[in-house]
Amino acid sequence: MKNTGPLRKVLRNPLGVAVVAYLFIILILALFGSSFSHWNPNKPDVFSVLQGPSAKHWFGTDSAGRDVYTRLLVGSRATLIAAALVVATALLIGVPVGMFAGYYGGALDAAASWASNMLMSLPVMIILLSARTVIGSSIYSSMFIVGVLVAPGFFRLTRTAVMAVRNELYVDAARVSGLSDIRIMSKHILTVVRAPIIIQTSMIAGIAISFQSSLEFLGLGDSSLVSWGVMLNDGFRNIFMKPILLFWPALAISLTIASFVLFGNAFRDALEDSKKVKAKKSDPTIVISETPAAADESRHLLSVTHLGIGYPLADGGLKKVVNEISFSVDKGEVLGIVGESGSGKTQTAFSILGLLPESAVITSGRVSFNGESLLSPEKGKISEKAMREFRGKKIAYIPQEPMSNLDPNFKIGYQLVRPMVKVLGLSKADAVAKAHSLLKTVGIENTERIFNAYPHEISGGMAQRVLIAGAVSCDPDLLIADEPTTALDVTIQAEVLDLLRDLQGKFGMGIILVTHNFGVVADLCDRVVVMQNGSVVESGDVRTILKAPREPYTQELLSSMLVDKTPMTLLTSGKGK
Amino acid sequence: MASFLAKRFLSGVLLLFAISSMAFFLIYASTTNIASNILGEGATPDQILKKSHELGLDQPITTRYLSWLKHAVRGDFGTSWANNDSVVSEIMRRLPVTLSLVLIAIFIAAVLATTLGVLAAIKGGAIDRTVQILAVAGFAIPGFIVAIILVTFLAVKAHIFPATGWVAFGENPANWAKSITLPVVSLVIATMTSSAQQIRSAVKSVLERDFIRTLTSRGISRREIIIKHVLRAAAPAGLTVLSLQFVGMLGGTVIVEKIFALPGMGDLVVNATASGDTPLVMGIVVYTVIIVIVINLVVDLINGWLNPKVRVQ
Repeated sequence: MKNTGPLRKVLRNPLGVAVVAYLFIILILALFGSSFSHWNPNKPDVFSVLQGPSAKHWFGTDSAGRDVYTRLLVGSRATLIAAALVVATALLIGVPVGMFAGYYGGALDAAASWASNMLMSLPVMIILLSARTVIGSSIYSSMFIVGVLVAPGFFRLTRTAVMAVRNELYVDAARVSGLSDIRIMSKHILTVVRAPIIIQTSMIAGIAISFQSSLEFLGLGDSSLVSWGVMLNDGFRNIFMKPILLFWPALAISLTIASFVLFGNAFRDALEDSKKVKAKKSDPTIVISETPAAADESRHLLSVTHLGIGYPLADGGLKKVVNEISFSVDKGEVLGIVGESGSGKTQTAFSILGLLPESAVITSGRVSFNGESLLSPEKGKISEKAMREFRGKKIAYIPQEPMSNLDPNFKIGYQLVRPMVKVLGLSKADAVAKAHSLLKTVGIENTERIFNAYPHEISGGMAQRVLIAGAVSCDPDLLIADEPTTALDVTIQAEVLDLLRDLQGKFGMGIILVTHNFGVVADLCDRVVVMQNGSVVESGDVRTILKAPREPYTQELLSSMLVDKTPMTLLTSGKGK
Repeated sequence: MASFLAKRFLSGVLLLFAISSMAFFLIYASTTNIASNILGEGATPDQILKKSHELGLDQPITTRYLSWLKHAVRGDFGTSWANNDSVVSEIMRRLPVTLSLVLIAIFIAAVLATTLGVLAAIKGGAIDRTVQILAVAGFAIPGFIVAIILVTFLAVKAHIFPATGWVAFGENPANWAKSITLPVVSLVIATMTSSAQQIRSAVKSVLERDFIRTLTSRGISRREIIIKHVLRAAAPAGLTVLSLQFVGMLGGTVIVEKIFALPGMGDLVVNATASGDTPLVMGIVVYTVIIVIVINLVVDLINGWLNPKVRVQ
């Protein structure tokens, strides 16, 4: 009963209930509409043409004297049949083709994708009208054409989903165990695409109704059919005499399309809801504890006292990611923050620069730089302007993943020069000269080439050097490096660490080095803070902690590093610093 | 860049060839008794034979196709069966009406959708919710119903705008503006809401990218980051959305032109298909596909120019 999950969730929200109820009523009307009225929807009556609402004709009569209320009820059938036809055609073409294209790839995929792009780039209405010369005027054969034209929606969805799972282990396992490709596709892969297909289906049903009613409105359908589009056509011809005739079918069409769309949205929300908790912006139940200013704050370059960071949960609670942590960095000192992923070390680093995501809440504590407060619950969110006094100039940041941290649309040179012009107020020529000398400093020989290159034209190691050059370009007092070597090749890792050490010696900056690797800590740091699950478990002098870790967690981290075959870095620490 | 464009251009030509050939065979294969339909019920078998010969219908379909293709590549699409006018001159009479509608509408829709989408993405809050609600509403109320609502209230009831009719710009600019306002507004409302929503998601996904955080850490102001970096990175996605909307509008004008009785391509295609005027239908299909291909080429060109990876090669 897995698949009842999202549907049940849809029914838990009031809008979802309303939408499902409306669609259910439409379905009932489509099946038994005529039994809710004693009028014949097609019986003209020349003596009661274009009448207003009365006890006899609740919604009045149309230009042939037919009962509007009855036609409205019965018209739901044509609408649902049209929607079902389009969806069925699109499903039957889009899903199997998408599945084969995604599963086998190659020429089949190329041809199918080309055809799909071709169909998507065509104006549906014009093709539909041209096709009418071929297929005749039946609204249902037109709906078949619409189904073909919207099939790319299902095709792309299925193809993408199949491509994503075809190399998954369970699909491999099924293949090895001798299941035929068709069986694998229908059993394992269909399960994956089911939910997105339900969402897409509701959208396409809406599109289908829109096309059906517009064709009939144009008078291109079968005018003897009782449908909302035909009613619109009649109403439009009598717009000067009885505009109300337009109102009922227009309302019915809009409500039905809206219900399909809203059902799709509600279903998607339900699916996403089960995957992640929705973050709310502000929540009154969050308790923020006050922290008195620590007396020794101003002595340190940076001091973090009792800092807590949390994210609001959908149920009104708060998910704490950092818990009352305290540490400090002095001028010219290198502090390592070590922990596994999820320990809160990166959140801590971001909070110092005011780079936390919008939804983050500072629950307690403060961050101060040279005694100036950067962050505290009392101040709430730091103003963007106040923070700019610090960013780049006093505190700088080196990211983890070099390639994604350079804007692909701008040359390296521009990305180095612009901050210096903005933050240091240098002239452009001075900034360019300084950028070249910085690139030299970080060990780049051909500075002219790199300066004029776009990020995609340089290697990852080169990009990390550029980012380090950018970080030190405005002479910061504190450098925050978030796993600066993790994304790099092993040989380049050592070079980048050497570079950081050189720069630290040269500029006398304080450095916070966030890492999961004790080897890096041993190599570079003076002191270390060990974090686990958002709390500090141990902190102190690097040599003390390496020699005699008190906490079991630290010992675990240390021994995992030894198992992880990096004795060389340990040896360097053995030599002492 | 040049090879990229050449490839796109070739693919466009191929698309045009494929669609027009498919349309030719389908339409001709399925229409029967063409000559007697044109001549009406009273025609003698002799007259029908003569007409068939005149239209070349007595030749095999491949011969007819090759002859059509030979003329078509030179820009000659024959004459309309309904009134013997040249197909090209008929289309040229109608095209300006449709193009002026669609171009004005897509321009306004682009400006509004971009403004709303970007604001919703960066400001969040009320404007964000408004854009999302509008997107559902815009999807739920089809464009032609919007047009009907506008006609009913602003033309039929309030008499602010003319309900129907077209005034050429050269004739009377003020009346031209009046006659085009409601059709344009209908097209804008129908496309703007979903574009705004899609542009919002494009901007939001750029805002979450790593380099935005790094630029912020360098001391670049948020304003500059949004104007220079975010909009630049979100532009290709936004342009693609708008080009799809443009194609959608070409279809949307069919109904809008019908509602407001405008003498454009949409009106022409409805009449041509209703009367089975095959040469005219073929001409309209070819012209429409050419417009779509040109728009896609322009978007490719701009996207290529915006994307250094394509540009530098």
